[in-house]
Amino acid sequence: MYRENILDHYKHPRNRGKIEHADSSAHDLNPLCGDEITYYLKFESGKVSEIKFEGSACAICLASASMLTEEVKDKKLEEARTYGKEALLSTVGIDPGPTRLKCALLPLKVFKLALYKHLGKKITEEDEKLV
Amino acid sequence: MLNPEKIRADFPILSRKFKGKRLAYLDNAATTQKPVQVLQAMDEFYRNHNANPHRGAYTLISEATDLYESARRNIAHFIGAKPEEVIFTRNATESLNLVAFVACQEAKPGARILLTQMEHHSNIVPWQLAAKRLRLKIRYAKMRSNGTLCMEDMPKEFEGEPFIFSFTHVSNVLGTINNAAKLIRLARKAGSLVCIDAAQSVPHMPVDVRELGCDFLAFSGHKMLGPAGIGVLYMRKELQETLPPFLGGGDMIKSVSFEESEWNSPPYKYEAGTPNVAGAVGLSAAVDYLKTAGMQKIAAHEQKLADYCRKELSHLPKIRFHGPRNGAGIVSFNIGRIHAHDVGQFADEDGIAIRTGHHCAQPLMKLLGEPATARASFYLYNTQEEADKLAASMKRAAKTLG
Ligand SMILES: Cc1ncc(COP(=O)(O)O)c(C=O)c1O
Repeated sequence: MYRENILDHYKHPRNRGKIEHADSSAHDLNPLCGDEITYYLKFESGKVSEIKFEGSACAICLASASMLTEEVKDKKLEEARTYGKEALLSTVGIDPGPTRLKCALLPLKVFKLALYKHLGKKITEEDEKLV
Repeated sequence: MLNPEKIRADFPILSRKFKGKRLAYLDNAATTQKPVQVLQAMDEFYRNHNANPHRGAYTLISEATDLYESARRNIAHFIGAKPEEVIFTRNATESLNLVAFVACQEAKPGARILLTQMEHHSNIVPWQLAAKRLRLKIRYAKMRSNGTLCMEDMPKEFEGEPFIFSFTHVSNVLGTINNAAKLIRLARKAGSLVCIDAAQSVPHMPVDVRELGCDFLAFSGHKMLGPAGIGVLYMRKELQETLPPFLGGGDMIKSVSFEESEWNSPPYKYEAGTPNVAGAVGLSAAVDYLKTAGMQKIAAHEQKLADYCRKELSHLPKIRFHGPRNGAGIVSFNIGRIHAHDVGQFADEDGIAIRTGHHCAQPLMKLLGEPATARASFYLYNTQEEADKLAASMKRAAKTLG
């Protein structure tokens, strides 16, 4: 479970911190284990131009949150919107098993919350399948 | 002294291998494993004696009734109660809901309930439900940062003259053993009824309800080698006669007409519907097993393992223990900034089962300032070697993630 790439992102998280005057942000937690993630986003020319996160969570969740920032940065809004769990899990590169799946996917959920807030759209059932 | 290696031979699951390693089961505060004696007793009931007790005249019924009632007598004797004071429920949670429901029923709006800050959700939420329904007030007696109740402040907590005081005998998160005798004296002085959540005490140490002098005491079978789905509520007989019923249905009535019903006598008044006879039989076999091992010896064995485990873990840099040192067989900890989930995952990869999370005590976790902790909890079949295994695994976790 704790492979090189996970430990690397856990110990040296990319894009960790806060963006003052972010265009959008969102926060959520996993009540069962207390994992917490916040994303801050900035947009420019229809793209995710900047993304940072803060959080207190387990290694799987933090590594996934860090990898997600690299994945979606500079993506067009539509690409970011359709970025789904298969893509994230294959980047994370492990099968977290049923008990840790929520840890790995919490960042994606929070990112989507922030993105949809910016788009001014409601998350539909179709969109939910992506997270 | 207990011989855990010999005891282990009675527990089939403990010889299972996980990832090639012998299972070290250190989550006994959540639930316990079952010896063959319990499995056989239940199997024998369903194979040869199954019938619906108290409901007819044929031989099987009298066999099932005898087994059910002798289980009740055995369990009552184990906790120093009269048989009619032992009410079978599903678990400690249902027992506590029963108490909260019937004891609050006649309380006036504004009447007070006293709990403590170290309760399990199952000794908080039922009271909150009753408080909301009947407009009662709940107060939580304070806990110190070392995980013990502020005994000096306790007389003050009783100043509002709560009509009932419900507290945990042993904390499932911290292992704190509360001074029940002293707490009950204070409660009596204030004229309060006393309810004890004994989910973590009855399985692990000698408990005698007469000696304690409580009104209600709740525990679960599955936490003491018995099956899931059977629990106990001890309720003083006089209270059973005066308090209203909980669930209505078959067996809890003496007579029913279309207009009204008359309640059955204790304890049947509180046992509505077909009971879990196999569960009671299994729990009775578990009680026999525990009695043979000896409750004093079990308590001493667990305490020794917990002390040893704490000592071995204390070599880790940045380890934080929660709860007092002289507690029950529970070791609750965090290592630096490493999330408890990761700690639990490392243990799992080494074939060790420990609990990680908030342990159904979110208000307490908030006081501790930890979103989650890791917890090792011991029982009669655990060994020093298992504590060593845990320490080695935690060392690896600290090195990799610290
Ligand atoms: C202190 C305490 N009270 C109550 C309970 C509830 O037990 P059950 O889930 O068996 O009803 C537990 C179990 O975790 C506990 O540790």
